[in-house]
Amino acid sequence: MTRDHTYKIVLAVMAALLVAGFFLPNWAKFLLTIALCKGLLVLGLLPLMRTGLVSFGHALYYCLGAYAAGGIGIGWGISDVFLMILAGGVAAAALSFVFGFLLSRYRGIFFGLLSLSFSMILYGVLVKSESLGSTDGFNVVQFTLFGVRPEGDMVRYSMLAVCVLVSGLAALALHRYLGTPLGLLGRAIRDNEIRVEYMGGSARYAIHVSYVISATFAGMAGALVGSAVGHIDPEMAYWTQSGEFVFIAILAGTGSVLAPFLGAIVFGIIHSYAFDLAPNAWQMILGTSLFLIIVFLPHGVWSLFGKRLRAQG
Amino acid sequence: MSTNANKLILEATGLNKSFGAVTAAKDINISIERDAFVGLIGTNGAGKTTFINMVTGYLKPDSGRIVYDGQDITALQPRDITRMGICRSFQIPQLYNSLTVFENMMIGLGVVLHHAGRGGFFSRGEALVPGSEKPLHVVAEEILARFDLSSYRGRPAQILPGGVRKLLDIAMTMVASPKILLLDEPTSGVSAEEKFGIMDMVMNAVKTAGATVLFVEHDMEVVSRFSHRVIAFYDGRVICDAPPDVALNDEEVQRYVIGGHRAQG
Repeated sequence: MTRDHTYKIVLAVMAALLVAGFFLPNWAKFLLTIALCKGLLVLGLLPLMRTGLVSFGHALYYCLGAYAAGGIGIGWGISDVFLMILAGGVAAAALSFVFGFLLSRYRGIFFGLLSLSFSMILYGVLVKSESLGSTDGFNVVQFTLFGVRPEGDMVRYSMLAVCVLVSGLAALALHRYLGTPLGLLGRAIRDNEIRVEYMGGSARYAIHVSYVISATFAGMAGALVGSAVGHIDPEMAYWTQSGEFVFIAILAGTGSVLAPFLGAIVFGIIHSYAFDLAPNAWQMILGTSLFLIIVFLPHGVWSLFGKRLRAQG
Repeated sequence: MSTNANKLILEATGLNKSFGAVTAAKDINISIERDAFVGLIGTNGAGKTTFINMVTGYLKPDSGRIVYDGQDITALQPRDITRMGICRSFQIPQLYNSLTVFENMMIGLGVVLHHAGRGGFFSRGEALVPGSEKPLHVVAEEILARFDLSSYRGRPAQILPGGVRKLLDIAMTMVASPKILLLDEPTSGVSAEEKFGIMDMVMNAVKTAGATVLFVEHDMEVVSRFSHRVIAFYDGRVICDAPPDVALNDEEVQRYVIGGHRAQG
């Protein structure tokens, strides 16, 4: 039997990032923080994609999580980053639980576009809400850690450390989930939904659970980005944001819980350099990158590592 | 309630089913006793699989009633019927092709545990399966061993040979401890040398589980050897319901069902 080294690898990567973070310049810490947040969201998409479902609307929960985190800061003066993450995750979980009853009935393009429609409804509501800053959004209160407000270089490092911790724990939890019968049921539904029903399983239940997990991670990611950037606006719910998450998911592949983070980092590098080299044509570089990935690495950049790990195993 | 009623596990009364102008079931009345081994025979399109699909909830009859163990199951969904103890295998094996043989088994057992309220969906093998009170992975290994599938446990289902796919399809029905097992052509696509071995293995496993069996079969040697009772279908109707030695010599069965097969044999 092949040994599962994922837990050790995730913990080792977490430790390496926490140590390396001390030595990175602030701009790199920030880019890495944002990449980890987006990786956390794409991690949530992984169980859905293993079920064969692609959501074009997870920016809904990303934005909702950010507004929930920012809202408790402005409304109640709460600035603890972990409470902000909790608020983002709970708000997203609650809404996705309700929407999940409808979405779990749909498959394929209908699932994707229905999820997109929900995110655009939120976008429209936020744009028209003057109390929430309309198109300008609003600033998020500076975060604290257990009552301590980080200063100087520690602002960026402590946010990076929080992202590493939350993303790592989420990856470990999701890896555990994917190995359970319910986690496996996702791949079973993609393979043969009729058989799932004939074994007494409910495909809708399994999709609903995966949907709530993915939304919760998206809400947490939104709260983290809101705290890291210090500002939130309705663009976080716009459909192009959801498209970016799908881009990262395809770039990454679904082979491991580490893949989304690798994909998000690669995306961040491509995006940053493309914007630097060709400010008016960076989308073309991104498009070309996606084209090359789909043609030459249909299972994402993780497949390069996956093949190597299997060969060693 | 009479003793006879207690002995019956399944009663189908007045089942009718049409697809446009095609009538697939005409006034089907079948009662199945507990622990029976029943062979369902008939030419293609005779109504055998339609009957199985109606019993397992995939098709709803236009009229008629299906009672299982005293409960009306006519309008229930396939998953609800499966959870009650009516399980089926398929003519073309319905597997989870990207998963390994072991994972195929674990999914079914996870469903069983979940509905037993043991949280099996979130366990990775340590939860105890109701009935056997053994851990999930132990039960999965036991069923695989019973069907001689242990050596394939780590292989993806999509690369398995035809006979092994058939066995895995049937083994997957056993995880829910079925009270009635419906096997749709268990030996189709299996070589002549393998078919008796497969049927022996399947029937031994079923007897161990104490299940009632209905199996659709075109091979009359298999039918006469493994069934206690034969129900013959023709044009959506039941034309004979009798022990195998009587049914296989029935004039209508000879004319409408067996003729071609005897010639092939």
